[in-house]
Amino acid sequence: MLPDLSREEILRYSRHLLVPEVGLEGQRKMKAASVLIIGLGGLGSPAALYLAAAGVGHIGLVDYDVVDTSNLQRQVVHGSAMIGKRKVDSARQRLCDLNPAIQVDAFDEPFTSANAMRIAGSYDVILDGTDNFPTRYLSNDLCVLTGKPNVYGAVFRFDGQVSVFDARYGPCYRCLFPEPPPPGLVPSCADAGVLGILPGTIGTLQATEVLKLILGVGTPLIGRLLLYNALDLSFETINLKKNPRCKACGPHPEITALIDYDAFCGVPGRDHDTGSAGADWDITARDLDTRIRSGKPVCLVDVREPHELVISRLPGAQNIPMGELAGRLSELDSAQEIVLFCKAGTRSTRALELLVSAGFRKVRNLRGGINAWAKEVDQNLPVY
Amino acid sequence: MPSVKIPNPLRPYVGGQAEVLVQGATAGAVLDDLLLQYPAFRPQLCKEDGSLRAFVNLFLGKENIRDLQGLDTLLDSDDILNLVPSIAGG
Repeated sequence: MLPDLSREEILRYSRHLLVPEVGLEGQRKMKAASVLIIGLGGLGSPAALYLAAAGVGHIGLVDYDVVDTSNLQRQVVHGSAMIGKRKVDSARQRLCDLNPAIQVDAFDEPFTSANAMRIAGSYDVILDGTDNFPTRYLSNDLCVLTGKPNVYGAVFRFDGQVSVFDARYGPCYRCLFPEPPPPGLVPSCADAGVLGILPGTIGTLQATEVLKLILGVGTPLIGRLLLYNALDLSFETINLKKNPRCKACGPHPEITALIDYDAFCGVPGRDHDTGSAGADWDITARDLDTRIRSGKPVCLVDVREPHELVISRLPGAQNIPMGELAGRLSELDSAQEIVLFCKAGTRSTRALELLVSAGFRKVRNLRGGINAWAKEVDQNLPVY
Repeated sequence: MPSVKIPNPLRPYVGGQAEVLVQGATAGAVLDDLLLQYPAFRPQLCKEDGSLRAFVNLFLGKENIRDLQGLDTLLDSDDILNLVPSIAGG
């Protein structure tokens, strides 16, 4: 039986009650519903705000991170006063202020194969607002195994994707993408950047799909993928079909329990990227500074994009963007000591792997990138 | 001439272009021509047997070529193929 609304709730949700597709019964459905939001970043922030405001009675929040200054350009559930605080606490406080009538549960822990069933067990709908492939496959498999809808959204710079993967009625995420890209091929927002409003658009669309599922109105994005491009301001939906060979939801599934998603994707799903290529291949900012000051020759190669050079640069560094490196190896002298760097060490680690596979041996990765140099050596440079 | 729309994350492999004009009468021939023009793209996009890697899909209109005739899907001269990769940002 659906819960009743209080007088205060009837006033609060009056604009919903006027909409025939929602009405009093729909609002009571929302009050009875539970949604788990995985990730309180760019997607989870707007989704959480709107679902709380709309009156979803029970919202779960999963994130293990703390609020950082660089989050605030897009993660609108957090404020400047919350920098350094746990994201789940920051978001919970904001949502409870926005709507004291709802219950908000905070899970301040990485979402993993070990705890996913426990955390997600009691929720009706899962909203995938994560920022990495391992957690996306985990969310998908969890939803397939437990028969829950997985409301998916993902962003890259100006591009966004939205779908509802519900293997009971249509394809799952693995039907479309059986495997993740090779590690490093599709950069993260931390490396490639993202227009701050973009996850606002996509996260809000995810929240819309969640409400439609709860209300049972309209046509959910099951079996369709919405592609959004903010530069063209284009929305396109393409059709998705169940993949008969899907390892998760196909007729002969191989995935019958949650697996090790970090191993499956070849990248960690939770620990922050350290910007390290491994101790044998790294050089610290301080050691590089010492080396340069000692007068030993070193070839500095900056693999960032040209538009990043106006933010910060190291004198004398040669710029070869990561995407061009494979075709420009002839510009480098393998007999010379080469130190590769980028913003934080992620791209330069891939660049190092490329050079080593091409036979370069005297090559190092500046651990933590030019941001580490800005923190440890030259505080006049900004960290970005 | 058919063309292939290149999504933002994969544009570094085609010189930053959003769309590449290609020759070919099938999805497979078009893909071959694209990779002939940009050979460094091949290991990223295709497995050793020439099939598309599992993180990327090729759509003709609203349909995945996997749900049509795969790489044998016939194209008209003005068809636009859409590469749809998985992205993870959030």
